[in-house]
Amino acid sequence: MFKSLGVVALATALVAGASLPAFAQAGADFSGVWQPRYHEDQPDRIPGPELTDYTGLPINDSARQYANSWDPSRLTLPEEQCRVHVSPYIYRGPLNLRIWEEKDPKTQDLIAIKHYSSTFEQTRTIYMDGRAHPGPNAPHTWMGFSTGRYDGDMLVVETTHLKKGWVRRNGVPMSDQAKMTEYMVRNGEVMTHIVVLVDPTYLTEPLVKSQDFVRSTRELPAGTWLWVCDPVLEIPDRPEGEVPAYLPGEHPFKEEYARRHQIPFIGINGGAATMYPEFQEPLKKAAIPPPLPPPQTGASRVTGAPQQGQQGR
Amino acid sequence: MMHNRSRKVRSLSVAAAIIAGAVVAVGSAIAQQNQNFDNVQIDTVKVRDDVYMLAGAGGNTTVFVGSEGIMVVDTQFAPMSTKIINAIRAISKGPIRYIVNTHVHGDHIGGNEAIAKAGSFRAGGNVVGDIGAAATATAKIIAHENVLTRLSAEPAPGQTAVPFALWPTETFITKKREFLFNGEAVQIIHEPNAHTDGDSMVFFRQSDVLATGDLFTTVMYPFIDVANGGTIDGYINALNAIMDITVASNVNEGGTMVIPGHGRVSDEQDVTEYRNMATIVRDRIKEYAKRGMTLEQVKAKKPTLDFDPRYGSDTGFWTTSMFVETIYKQMVEANPPAKPTQSRNQQKGKSK
Repeated sequence: MFKSLGVVALATALVAGASLPAFAQAGADFSGVWQPRYHEDQPDRIPGPELTDYTGLPINDSARQYANSWDPSRLTLPEEQCRVHVSPYIYRGPLNLRIWEEKDPKTQDLIAIKHYSSTFEQTRTIYMDGRAHPGPNAPHTWMGFSTGRYDGDMLVVETTHLKKGWVRRNGVPMSDQAKMTEYMVRNGEVMTHIVVLVDPTYLTEPLVKSQDFVRSTRELPAGTWLWVCDPVLEIPDRPEGEVPAYLPGEHPFKEEYARRHQIPFIGINGGAATMYPEFQEPLKKAAIPPPLPPPQTGASRVTGAPQQGQQGR
Repeated sequence: MMHNRSRKVRSLSVAAAIIAGAVVAVGSAIAQQNQNFDNVQIDTVKVRDDVYMLAGAGGNTTVFVGSEGIMVVDTQFAPMSTKIINAIRAISKGPIRYIVNTHVHGDHIGGNEAIAKAGSFRAGGNVVGDIGAAATATAKIIAHENVLTRLSAEPAPGQTAVPFALWPTETFITKKREFLFNGEAVQIIHEPNAHTDGDSMVFFRQSDVLATGDLFTTVMYPFIDVANGGTIDGYINALNAIMDITVASNVNEGGTMVIPGHGRVSDEQDVTEYRNMATIVRDRIKEYAKRGMTLEQVKAKKPTLDFDPRYGSDTGFWTTSMFVETIYKQMVEANPPAKPTQSRNQQKGKSK
């Protein structure tokens, strides 16, 4: 009897081990409802980034020109109103996140981990069954094509086939050539989500971001999971086919962020060199721009230097 | 309308540009004669139940299958024909009834002869009586009239002729040619003076798939083939026309699927990004030209810098520099700078 139990235990272990190559899922279970905490990068994530703030981003000159030409009015075009934040960015903003597992009913192998984001009603599939990514001619999507594996308890996810989106939603672009690696770690009721973004088009180095989520102990009302977008004509007299954009170097609010926060102009332009400690020296030597004039009060609108303010959505 | 020119090989002028250049082809950096097709594999992408994209060498091929047979949109380079036919046969054993050419370039028409011969057309009565077996021996090849006009023009000295078998067998001169095939409305829609002057896109209305030819690609700046009637304004108009046809989901994804002339399967959002790029670059150069800048001054402003890592090229048949130069010339031509007002002294001098 004792011997038999030992054989059964060995057989069970072998069966479990046999499925590991294709279904290497022995890590933490992330299932549940999660809500983000915003103690990290709060100004960037909740009120939203200010125009021409590229601090902390390893962008190249092409990305900078794209952002410096980006007119927020472009989001009033009907074809732009319902654009979704790509998966490397969507976890940064306010959202309710539901995670669940899909298992093969016959074997209970983990086929996929699913994420549903209330923002833009996005369902994301992270395949865990060892399948390959699609070829180069397959469509790209906002969430991309993701495959995952466990490294101990940590979930590691590789994503390709992303649509063009934002690195930062003040016009800093992410190209459709970008690829993302994520690391998800669960510590009790807290999940840490780390994103490493590589974009050969617009980044000179990988961009690393992290954000924390806390597991919700109760289900949320149905309406909090919905994001219904219905584009409308917002500017009736806009000429057909017009695409709002500033000429390179002629962004009317290009100095506002630096002046408001008293940051030397060389400090707001981003670029890999600005992310390292050595940059403190040239930054200390650079001139601090003049402050913005104080805000006007009263019923009449501001006159003088134009102020664009922060970006919505 | 059916053309009834004799079946002799005629030369064409633009042909060399198209069969060399044509064959130079958008997106493939090497001319056909220098390209080794032996190792090229066809990547078959299922776009919808009855619509597939075949990516190989040259322009993408669209395959539409159903109970009545097969329609093929664009046929890549001639040496790819056998591989394309094999890929089609892996999808369907039905008869190839139609080929549609989206424009005149050789990387989209090169396989016309072989693929048409692999197909057949339905005809009877007087048609077969008058023409004989030839009436049904091959698939029909449909294109806008301007494609035929350019393919059948006399060649320039030193240029080679395009074989008659590559020409369209049926052309149209209206905005649209439409018919029902496989129980589905198929609309072949002409866009004037865009990539060339004979561009068409093909909309499979029930499948909700649009094959654009080179009116949209995901791999390069818009190729404005001026020698064949292309213009940047027409190209942007065509991109907006594509967006008028496509309908996305409520999160700007999926819905109408778009098969580009080159590159990956796309949707309206991808076209929107490309339209934005083309419009922004055109508008910048237009404004600079309006300010009286020379071409060199415009180039020094780097009007494409933000898009160069994605679409630009310093080599090949369509460089970033050529793209900027083409737009500049067309903007200056369309909006000539005001002549400086002559001073009194100059006027006096002139009067002498």
